[in-house]
Amino acid sequence: MAHQCVDRAVGVTKRYDTLVTWLTLAPALALVGLIFGASVLYGLAQSLGYLAIIGETRLSLEAYSGLLAGRSPAGREFWQALGFSLWVSAASTVLAAGVALLLAVALSGQRRPVGGATLLALNLNLALPHLAWAIALSLLLAQSGLLARIATALGAIQAPAEFPVLVRDSYGIGIILHYVSKEIPFLALIVLAVLRTQGTAYELVAENLGANGWQRVRFVTLPLVLPGLAAGALLVFAFTFGAYEVPALLGVRYPRTLAVMALELFTNPDLRSRAEAMAISLLMALVVVGVAGLARVLNSEREGR
Amino acid sequence: MRRWSLFLLRATLYLLLLGPLAAFGLYGLSTRWFYPQLLPSEWTFEPLMRQLGSPLIQAALARSLVIAGLVTSLALLIGLPAARTLGLRRFRGRSLVLLLMFLPTVVPPLATGMGLNILFLQLGLAGSVAGVVLVHLVPVLPYTVFALLGVFARYDEGYEQQARTLGASWPLVLLRVTLPLAGPGLAVAALFAFLVSWSQYVLTLLIGGGRVITLPILLFSAVAGGNPTTTAILALLFAAPPILAIALASRALSGGATVVGQQY
Repeated sequence: MAHQCVDRAVGVTKRYDTLVTWLTLAPALALVGLIFGASVLYGLAQSLGYLAIIGETRLSLEAYSGLLAGRSPAGREFWQALGFSLWVSAASTVLAAGVALLLAVALSGQRRPVGGATLLALNLNLALPHLAWAIALSLLLAQSGLLARIATALGAIQAPAEFPVLVRDSYGIGIILHYVSKEIPFLALIVLAVLRTQGTAYELVAENLGANGWQRVRFVTLPLVLPGLAAGALLVFAFTFGAYEVPALLGVRYPRTLAVMALELFTNPDLRSRAEAMAISLLMALVVVGVAGLARVLNSEREGR
Repeated sequence: MRRWSLFLLRATLYLLLLGPLAAFGLYGLSTRWFYPQLLPSEWTFEPLMRQLGSPLIQAALARSLVIAGLVTSLALLIGLPAARTLGLRRFRGRSLVLLLMFLPTVVPPLATGMGLNILFLQLGLAGSVAGVVLVHLVPVLPYTVFALLGVFARYDEGYEQQARTLGASWPLVLLRVTLPLAGPGLAVAALFAFLVSWSQYVLTLLIGGGRVITLPILLFSAVAGGNPTTTAILALLFAAPPILAIALASRALSGGATVVGQQY
């Protein structure tokens, strides 16, 4: 009898716990679930041609096939824009990850904690909004910008036209320069955080066992930071692939990234191009979620250790 | 040699930081600064004062602050209980909740905003501050939950139970135990929630529809307008609050409370 009572009490407490758990989660789940869910649903419907406002309620894969097979006017640009987006984000990610790794290893290789001033500098760079940094770059790197003036003063060039086209160029150099300089601090902070939690014990052991500087970096530091760095780099890739502001400010009209193309199609007065805009944005989201999901798996493996 | 390369690295780091500020200062505080002049020959505060006095810019500044403030408060209010549960409890469905929270942090705002455009028009939320706040919450709330999750993953409930055992009422526990323990992490989460909303352009554009004019919206149209002085001053107004905020929060940040996992 008493045994049953205890059992029932435990059962009640458990149910109460479950209730509290879901009650605390409910507002967040409702907000994200409803709004984000609605955006995916509405986006999908519109990409399939459903647009009740203009009386279009038939569903078709026209937007997708037009884009992927290159039949529609936008479709003729689609693959090129995809390639340009991939080029810009891949180049930015690889360069930023490489430099961030070098920076973090150099900064933490001095046997004492990385100074507060350096951390602050990294964090401040992170705090500068992308939009502001892109504008600064266009002021600094334009053909009559500050850098061109310095080059002129040094006698390296005589006229603005001799200065290389670094922003609004057709190779995406300006966009890549932007992302690399902005993402180095982001990735360096991730690497530094890993190095800080791991301490210097492994390095000391390796040194005692006769490893030289290069060997310590190659066989101790690199394996330690690689999962974190890779996860961070994938996030950088996902972000740069989907972002609109920077390619819009630092890119040219052609070639342009998928994000720029999608927003332009979306704001087109012809409402029918909305289906294509939505299809592009959903394809972009698919790529980004895939890449970021990979980063998540890497991250949980690292934390699971 | 090693010392020199390190010095060079540090110098580059600070240059990256000072570069944009120098650019905004040089272009914003000078007139008729033509190529190839290295430095402006005429300095003036006149454009700065004129911009600061402009009702349009003052309204945009206030609107940006109100929106980011509302978004931050709501994100903390809704995110705190959720993050506490996710950080301290293991229950069935937890990883599914985490996945749902993770998706909006990576899906491009462009996709979210374009998908919601028509729905918000139908609901009468498009073009209103309320609509913009709601849509900003889509990336900001999950991010706040993740930032606070880190705080609660290292949190020991035992302190609260001890205080309760010793007779403290729960408001007292909240005030004297929970908040001091979670305080720094909370501040950092709030700060970044504010920054993510403050810097948002695409979502404001797609849901605000040109009627909710925030600072980034003005900044973008200033770039299109092509006047470097105007652009530089607006960019300075836009960039200064985040930089000041991070500088003020540097203590909490250098404690390694969080690694910022968010782009904005």
